[in-house]
Amino acid sequence: MADSANAPKPSSSVKLVLLGEAAVGKSSLVLRFVNNDFQENKEPTIGAAFLTQKCNLPTRTIKFEIWDTAGQERFASLAPMYYRNAQAALVVYDLTKPTSLVKAKHWVAELQRQASPGIVIALVGNKLDLTNDANGEGAESGGEGAGAEDSGDARKVTTEEAKTYAEEENLLFFETSAKTGYNVTEVFTAIANAIPETSLKSARGAAASHAASRAEEQRVNLNGPRDPNAKEGCAC
Amino acid sequence: MARDTDADADSNNTSSSTDLLSPPPLPPRRIPSSDSPLQVAPAQSKPTTAVSSIEISALSFPDGSRATFSTTSTSTRAVSTPISSSAGPGPGPGHASPPPPTWASSDHADSMSVRSFAPTLRPAGDLASLVAGELNRKSRAWMMLRSQSSDVQPFATSDIRHAASELAGFENEFDDIPDVTAAGANDDDRLSLWKSKLKHYMILSSAGKPIYSRHGDLSLINSSMGVVQTIISFYEGAQDPLLGFTAGNARFVIAIEGPLYFVAISRLGESDAQLRSQLEALYMQILSTLTLPTLKGIFVHRPSTDLRKPLEGTESLLSSLADSFTRGSPSALLGALECLRLRKSQRHAINNAFLKTRSDKLLYGLIVAGGKLVSVIRPRKHSLHPSDLQLIFNMLFESGGIKAGGGENWIPLCLPAFNNRGYLYMYVSFFDANPDSVSAEPVQERSSSHQDEIAIILISPDKESFYDLQEVRDKLAQQLSKNGSLAIVKAAAKDGRPRISVIAPGAPISHFLYKSRANVQFCMSALDPAFDGPGKAVARRKLMSLYHQIHASMHAKHSHLKVLHCVGEDAASLAWVTPIFEFYCVAGPNISRAVMTQGANKIIQWAKREEERLFIIGGGVF
Repeated sequence: MADSANAPKPSSSVKLVLLGEAAVGKSSLVLRFVNNDFQENKEPTIGAAFLTQKCNLPTRTIKFEIWDTAGQERFASLAPMYYRNAQAALVVYDLTKPTSLVKAKHWVAELQRQASPGIVIALVGNKLDLTNDANGEGAESGGEGAGAEDSGDARKVTTEEAKTYAEEENLLFFETSAKTGYNVTEVFTAIANAIPETSLKSARGAAASHAASRAEEQRVNLNGPRDPNAKEGCAC
Repeated sequence: MARDTDADADSNNTSSSTDLLSPPPLPPRRIPSSDSPLQVAPAQSKPTTAVSSIEISALSFPDGSRATFSTTSTSTRAVSTPISSSAGPGPGPGHASPPPPTWASSDHADSMSVRSFAPTLRPAGDLASLVAGELNRKSRAWMMLRSQSSDVQPFATSDIRHAASELAGFENEFDDIPDVTAAGANDDDRLSLWKSKLKHYMILSSAGKPIYSRHGDLSLINSSMGVVQTIISFYEGAQDPLLGFTAGNARFVIAIEGPLYFVAISRLGESDAQLRSQLEALYMQILSTLTLPTLKGIFVHRPSTDLRKPLEGTESLLSSLADSFTRGSPSALLGALECLRLRKSQRHAINNAFLKTRSDKLLYGLIVAGGKLVSVIRPRKHSLHPSDLQLIFNMLFESGGIKAGGGENWIPLCLPAFNNRGYLYMYVSFFDANPDSVSAEPVQERSSSHQDEIAIILISPDKESFYDLQEVRDKLAQQLSKNGSLAIVKAAAKDGRPRISVIAPGAPISHFLYKSRANVQFCMSALDPAFDGPGKAVARRKLMSLYHQIHASMHAKHSHLKVLHCVGEDAASLAWVTPIFEFYCVAGPNISRAVMTQGANKIIQWAKREEERLFIIGGGVF
């Protein structure tokens, strides 16, 4: 184990896009994953933000190139630019807001129609800290969602409903809290594991269509000093 | 006397205008200070103090030439002046004359004569209320403070007297009004909190739909919005649009832009033109989000559209823009940009590196440190408009959205002054605060101060050009760190704004603004420690209010002022406008005009000498 950690592992880049309604917590999930940080009342993303983070798996290193998009309607027309050639997508909804799941379903449908065929999609219900299952028992208590409202629980989307949908559409499914950090790295690790080895090989070719390969080399050189930090940031 | 110090290239015009408009008044300070302050209140015959304070007030009141003229006509020396001048205003002193003349020299009569002055000051505008209110408040304590010598700092004496005055609530100006849901907040409390704000901005559609309000949620202010819409549309229906009105001590200014109504409500004493340009900037922010054709299209199809949905997420941009005006923004006041002071050769090296690494997709490239422009490259046929840059700087440095996210950003935006019909795409990357690395590592917001943040901004008309521009950024970052420019920029940003003690040692000037008119750029001295930092918000606002007042006087229609010297009870100020520059400075209340002019001259000479360091002249052009 120790040997394999020291030996240079094959490393590959994965383009990942976050989609979902405004104010569901996309940027907060990314901030938690990249910087292990959380900001109350974060201001809305404008346009899109591009961040990178490494994720170490036992056999390889995945470098996520994350497109964190703004959720407002007026930016929707730009989305294809971000999910084109993406190997993974995180479609986020807010557990306390049913309309956000409807929007999430639209995004899933659009991705299945327009994005690369092999794209790995994860459906993520965020803001678990606002529900009664904040302790992390979320997956078990979904059935009781109906009676939840009078107990001060802000949950409006049952685990079961979302999970059933995710299974139908063949999506990864998680409930997370960017605020507490619960399940956040698990989402990214699961995505990293779900991406087939073959698609990683071809990833370079796909990304190169934008003269990105040259930019890629540049970035690797420049980023040398910060890799150790990045490893700390990622708990996987 | 002061003439000597004025005398330089511009002196011919300026001194003649000085003669006409602001008298060479008086070293009046010396006269009152020679009186023992303790004797003032019970004094039997001290009209001298009353005279000088009236004249000072008249001078301090810059908004109309009227006030200035009235002092011009008075002989500054004559002790009898107050009687003749108080007789002059006519209706005012009517009730003051009945008392037998034996009273005349008592302080009671003095205060009457003082009071009689107030009405003559009033017509000139809102600012009069400032002065009029203060006249009655000249207590013994005030005189004592006053009589202190020239080392009294601006606004230093006003803290006590202003406790209940117009800036009383300024510390809480930016606090949020609690939600309906918040514990213990009823509507009356929330409404009174809302009314206590000194400045409001509202945006609504001509159909009366609220779009934005700086303070208060919609449930709270819906009725106010309704009233505003009714008033505006009443006048609009009469083909005679309402531009502004005054209610109490609040000035309402209205701007109508197509289907949108913009309203500014201010108790901070800005002029109509200044408030209007602030509203214009808010309109530009909306255009920057939507573009003009989209905005028009929305309302053509459905005049009752709720614009909040399309603008969703930009409230924080509008608010940070509004708050920068409320706090007082020299950049907005002067309509100019601030640059980072760098040696010419250093800036040249940065420009060259920038030009060398640019890609075909690039339209504009900027490097900005802490809201100050470091370098700009642009195509020969396009220049950048300050109002567009104001929007960009607001987005990057005032509102937290982009900084806080970390990483690189790709932002569609419309630059309305460049072209209000379409979007450009802006790549933004903040440099790492850590000097060893030039990577894309996000700036840690909490660990680096506002001043040190260095951003690269690359603007392209092509929405697919993110990776191209990212490559430009990477190359440029490498270049700049290799040739040492990055370290230089960081050091310059850390040094902050120039200090008067360095520029003009010994000059008793507390703060200045210098605008180079040709370059549409300005520079100013460091705000700290007197006007910046914790607990200094009010002092800063007072400084900015004073700048707004003298700026308004200089730019009032038909005023044709070139030099304006004002002395108030808590600060003295000097404005000087030539075709080359606009200069404004503020000093303590007891600084004589001669000394102040001397200091101003030193600073202006410094600015001329340093012109190529202070300002970006031309920039990199391709």
